[in-house]
Amino acid sequence: MNAPDLNASAAAQTFIHRHRLRWWEPIPWILAIGFFYLFPRHLGFGNEMLVMVLFALSLDLVLGYAGIVTLGHAAFFGVGAYTVGMLAHHGVWTEPISGLLIAAVVAAVFGLVSGLVLLRTTGLTLLMLTLCFMLLLEEAANLAQKWTGGYDGLDTVPIDAIFGRFEFNPLIPSVQYIYILCVLFVGFLIVRTIVYSPFGESLTGIRENTLRMHAVGAPVRQRLVVCYGISAAIAGVAGAIWAQSNAYVNMSTLSLDRASTVLILLVLGGYGRLYGAFIGAVAYMVLSHYLAKIYPTAWQLGLGLMLVIIALGARNGILGVAETIAAKFRRKPVSS
Amino acid sequence: MSVQGQQALLEARGIGKRFGALAAASDINFRLDTGARQALIGPNGAGKTTFINLLTGVLAPTEGKVLLNGDDITGMAQSLRVKRGIARTFQINRLFRGLSVLENVYIPVSEQLGAAPRMFRPAGLRKDVIDAAMNLLEMLKLQDVAGNKISELPYGRQRLVEIAIALGLAPKVLLLDEPAAGVPSAETHIILDAIARLPKDIAVLIIEHDMDLVFRFAERITVLVGGRIFAEGTPKEIGTNPDVRAVYLGQAASHG
Repeated sequence: MNAPDLNASAAAQTFIHRHRLRWWEPIPWILAIGFFYLFPRHLGFGNEMLVMVLFALSLDLVLGYAGIVTLGHAAFFGVGAYTVGMLAHHGVWTEPISGLLIAAVVAAVFGLVSGLVLLRTTGLTLLMLTLCFMLLLEEAANLAQKWTGGYDGLDTVPIDAIFGRFEFNPLIPSVQYIYILCVLFVGFLIVRTIVYSPFGESLTGIRENTLRMHAVGAPVRQRLVVCYGISAAIAGVAGAIWAQSNAYVNMSTLSLDRASTVLILLVLGGYGRLYGAFIGAVAYMVLSHYLAKIYPTAWQLGLGLMLVIIALGARNGILGVAETIAAKFRRKPVSS
Repeated sequence: MSVQGQQALLEARGIGKRFGALAAASDINFRLDTGARQALIGPNGAGKTTFINLLTGVLAPTEGKVLLNGDDITGMAQSLRVKRGIARTFQINRLFRGLSVLENVYIPVSEQLGAAPRMFRPAGLRKDVIDAAMNLLEMLKLQDVAGNKISELPYGRQRLVEIAIALGLAPKVLLLDEPAAGVPSAETHIILDAIARLPKDIAVLIIEHDMDLVFRFAERITVLVGGRIFAEGTPKEIGTNPDVRAVYLGQAASHG
């Protein structure tokens, strides 16, 4: 057959160029750097936000792209945090960057092994099993007091200076901020590359129609397990930088509270959209910060109301609403 | 190999499937040769889709064998049969509804060309996959809607995407399960048109209720009744076979 003229097809051109950098894509990074200079006294809060963005990105890969419904993603966040925390606390390993890599590998192993078992199921069963897996790990962290510090966690996690030069200062966490931002950037590049690759395309195929993917001859479960492992590794890195920058680890890293927070903020921002993680994390954390200031006793009520509104009226989150408005301005038909 | 002249591309030998006491298919002998244009007809519940499921490996037969190029593939998994060249479409659309038409075809082609496991290069840079996908869309006259989402297409053209996905696997055998099902009669000609233009080197087996389509398309027709082969022959033989007329047309009439 003759090669078709791809230049003539707008659809082919769009697809060929869809991985290219768009004009607005540097904005989040400019804002993140701007935050560093504008709010030097709130860098601790900024660190917390950046970590959640990375964590939410890892969740977006499995939930937004591959359609794996999980309520236990904090399992891998916690595994990463405890890996770095235990190694440093017991004086085995205190170098930060290689520490992140170790955490990534350990979390990936947890992801691959649990994924092999859990991803045989789907839907509600999968949701419950991911939750149970996380709660089991949480209880294990509670019981293994000798290594994990049990309920109190590990309150000292000594970390070497980065490249032997840049010390972490717990009072002025500016080094941490730059460090986390760099790690987030690398993590983002990895997720972005995967999402726009043929592998990522096949993940969206599994999300859209698993049965057809089987009929197309795709090794569906293998793809899902690989994706789950990669996502677990990134979540593990997020947990590890959380532990490093806070210089402690506790059971909150493995808790349902953290797992549901990351899920909520991803849905709020818009899942399956890469940048939903950024918008969701910032919106959620800024909002909860101010709500807690204004209504210290009932601040979660405001968050709850907002979630109800999102669930009822804007299934695709803040980014989804923005896309709809942008499409209206371009006078293109809007698809649901 | 000199025997290839006699060897069927796809062959079922005494194949059957029992669900408890119910025999959905029994003792079916069937062959499909390279480039064949065959049809499988029969009243509702005759076991046509069961038979397709046995050929593609969705169901495991309780008796008999399936051979592809003379190799026994009876126990082979669905995904491996796809790799060996058996593709099918579905009676009810199974499309990637949230994706564009181009992406719907990109997915099977990238599986077929081995691009799908790659994760460090953008999908848009696999020109070979996009070329093949656009070629298919041109053949099925879908190139002008390549960028549209499935939900934006009329049903008839959605059925064409269903065929495009199967063709994206570069099959040797294509099994079409009621390609015109649910398509408004004003649009059935686009399905017929597309089926008439399928590449000649692909063996096609079509299941269809639309007798007009069947008799125009098929060189051989197999009639299935109650899970068994009732008659087999050229369209002329089947059309003039009084038993077939009695059973099939009588049944069809009673189904309205």
